[in-house]
Amino acid sequence: MTTIDDYGNYETAWCPGCGNFSILKAVKQALADSGLAPHQVLIVSGIGQAAKAPHYLNANVFNGLHGRSLPVAIGAKLMNSALTVIVESGDGCNYGEGGNHFLAAIRRNIDITMVVHNNQVYGLTKGQASPTSPEGFVTKTQPQGVASSPFNPVTVGVAMKAGFVARGFAGQVDHLADLIRRGIAHRGLSLIDVLQPCVSFNKVNTFEWYQKRCYPLPDDYDVKDWEGAMKMTTQWEDKIPIGVIYQSDRKTYEDHFPLLKEGPLVDREIDRAVIQQIMEGYR
Amino acid sequence: MADSTINIVIGGEAGQGLLTVGQILVKCIAKSGYSILVTQDSQSRIRGGHNTFTIRMGTQKVVAPKEAVDILLALNKETVGLHKSDISSRGFIIVDEGWGVDENICLKVPFGKWGADGSMNICALGVVTALLGLDRKLVLETMNRFFGSLDEQRLQENRAMLELAFSWAQEQSISFEEPTPSSYALNHLVMNGNDAIALGALTSGLKFYSFYPMTPATPIGVTLAGKAEETGVIVEQAEDEIAAINMAIGASFAGGPSMVGTSGGGFALMVEGVSLAAMTETPIVIVMAQRPGPATGLPTRTEQGDLEFVLHAGHGEFPRAVFAPGTIDECFHLTRRAFDLAERFQSPVFILTDHFLSDSFRDTPPFDLSSLLPVTPGSDTEAQSSPYRRFAFTENGVSPRLLPGSSKHLVVADSDEHTEEGHITEDLTIRKRMVDKRLRKQDGLIHEVLPPDVQGDKRPDLMLVSWGSTRGAVEEVASHLRSEGERIKTLHFSQLWPLVPDKVLDHFESARDVVCVEGNATGQMARLIRRETGFHIEKRVLRYDGLPITPEYILRGLSVTGK
Repeated sequence: MTTIDDYGNYETAWCPGCGNFSILKAVKQALADSGLAPHQVLIVSGIGQAAKAPHYLNANVFNGLHGRSLPVAIGAKLMNSALTVIVESGDGCNYGEGGNHFLAAIRRNIDITMVVHNNQVYGLTKGQASPTSPEGFVTKTQPQGVASSPFNPVTVGVAMKAGFVARGFAGQVDHLADLIRRGIAHRGLSLIDVLQPCVSFNKVNTFEWYQKRCYPLPDDYDVKDWEGAMKMTTQWEDKIPIGVIYQSDRKTYEDHFPLLKEGPLVDREIDRAVIQQIMEGYR
Repeated sequence: MADSTINIVIGGEAGQGLLTVGQILVKCIAKSGYSILVTQDSQSRIRGGHNTFTIRMGTQKVVAPKEAVDILLALNKETVGLHKSDISSRGFIIVDEGWGVDENICLKVPFGKWGADGSMNICALGVVTALLGLDRKLVLETMNRFFGSLDEQRLQENRAMLELAFSWAQEQSISFEEPTPSSYALNHLVMNGNDAIALGALTSGLKFYSFYPMTPATPIGVTLAGKAEETGVIVEQAEDEIAAINMAIGASFAGGPSMVGTSGGGFALMVEGVSLAAMTETPIVIVMAQRPGPATGLPTRTEQGDLEFVLHAGHGEFPRAVFAPGTIDECFHLTRRAFDLAERFQSPVFILTDHFLSDSFRDTPPFDLSSLLPVTPGSDTEAQSSPYRRFAFTENGVSPRLLPGSSKHLVVADSDEHTEEGHITEDLTIRKRMVDKRLRKQDGLIHEVLPPDVQGDKRPDLMLVSWGSTRGAVEEVASHLRSEGERIKTLHFSQLWPLVPDKVLDHFESARDVVCVEGNATGQMARLIRRETGFHIEKRVLRYDGLPITPEYILRGLSVTGK
């Protein structure tokens, strides 16, 4: 049996009090609760403080370029469908630099779980606005306040009928771990957008700010009701719902390839007779 | 230049079935035993414009295109005006009798009388194949096979049209000398550069190909997609080129031999990914099919303008290999070599082609697949002890590469500088050792480098230097000049990087005169040679008007440079 201890405990490069600590714990808990051994898991990250998370647990890791964790994860998952593939990175990485990949990944609905550390600010580069920073948010590079309206990944996810869309809060570790576990269990693309304070650079959306607003969705909430889910995604100022907001059983990307039904592609031997036949076609 | 080849130019608008008649004609000629070489010239549009499909055929191996036209098959009137000045002394033009074109070198065909509006190209095929003295049955069979998927009624209509035109042409008294029969290309394959790269990749064990459509590389993806299920390859049209290369890196990390294909603009987007492949030591093969830039440039024309771009693409310092095939055979075998080196040295390897070579159909002897092995991704799992170190410091710089999920060992890779275990580090001693480790792989690549191909006199009056797709044109010029009594040497690079001075310097010093022939405006190869060997090639024959380099072009250039 796998326990959270199998995923190890490592020293980090994060600020004391950072929301990353509890997200890391929730990820480890979710992996253990899913019964996965570390070697069965591949975590792909990009660049940012959140993207360092995979270095602080036991798993296969590909820490790639800023914004490009999804394409790497997709390539790896298509090649070895036996791996549980998780994308773990921040809001700048997934929604800013990697925005096009985010949209394309939802369309594909490939069986990958995205855990997005969303602290509404760029931490690693010391405090610039992120795609999810609220309009008017003042930073050193946006001294007049952010001039664009924020990107709402949960609204976009639901609007595009992503397979599994959830919002979690770093302040509620057990709840978050359960969301991630359910995301892993879901076949298709799972998005878990995790609200997270940045103790160094976001003085607005603090731990207390979230604590006051976040509330779990009621037990009778219907995750299959798309219109209700759309409405729920925009609830923000005074009350912020957390939990699984929308779930669908759309066909996965892998389901479109008969080739992938025969097991992981990486194990398949090449068939020389087939290639010979292709060559003969050029006569 | 005296030569016995026949150059057939089919000209018309896009949408007139030019490519169809061209491809069938090529197959018919090759099946009849002649060597062929195709040059396609088209405007970047789906309908209209002026396009040509040029087939040069010969009884011996045809290695380059030529400019003089022996048969001009005009599918529209505009073609006549555009090309009549290129007609050779024995040449003639095939026209529709209804156009009122009145040149004495015209063969006027009653396309209108035959009601050939929708199948003018099929009738034209009948006329040309008859004039070339090809076997009627062979032509019919080749056409049937090409149209295999059409319904029976359409096939019958096409056959009837072809027969009608073939018989008519046989009765015409036209003083065109039929080519001598040849058995040179009997049993040869007919494919273009892109096809040969796709086939080479499949034999190497390709499992993942990702791309974003871009001329002239797109057909590689088209070919592979058509065979994906049967060969076990995932062909992924990505949302952009950045995704394409990152997906390929992910797939390769997970153990599948992976390749991407693009042209200059798309490659510009991939460049950060090249650096990622180098840092994470993930094997990847990159096909860069050049077209004229900057920016969108001339999308459907050719150039060799991105040598320096590919040589330097990617921030930071890391080893790479760059191949530049010049023939179909090289497209196939150098692709195989690229996969082999990418895997063994865990590095990005480039195949630098261009538009001309990409869609130039040629005959080539079939490849003996029985002896060709695919690459074996990753290292032996059993040989690893715990803790596994993906980037262990080794003498040759190559560390054991395990595939994630293949054992209990955890595989960690990072775009940040990393420890031997693959974890992020800012330990500057490790940093330096890691740089040295990666660069040691360059020594291995140097050891494996293909020396340039050298032909001709040891102490020549003139040495012609070339790379990539200009190979055939330079060879043909060399043999022409030799026939006029000159002492000529050719030095052709099929691998551009690493460039090892010891392997080339003597050749430069042996020649009285050296001229570099390149399809770009600034002489990039000449510059690279100077940088690496110190030898300055002052004289160049350069072409950058979007058209391929021909033997005639080189000869004109040599007369200007004063060889």
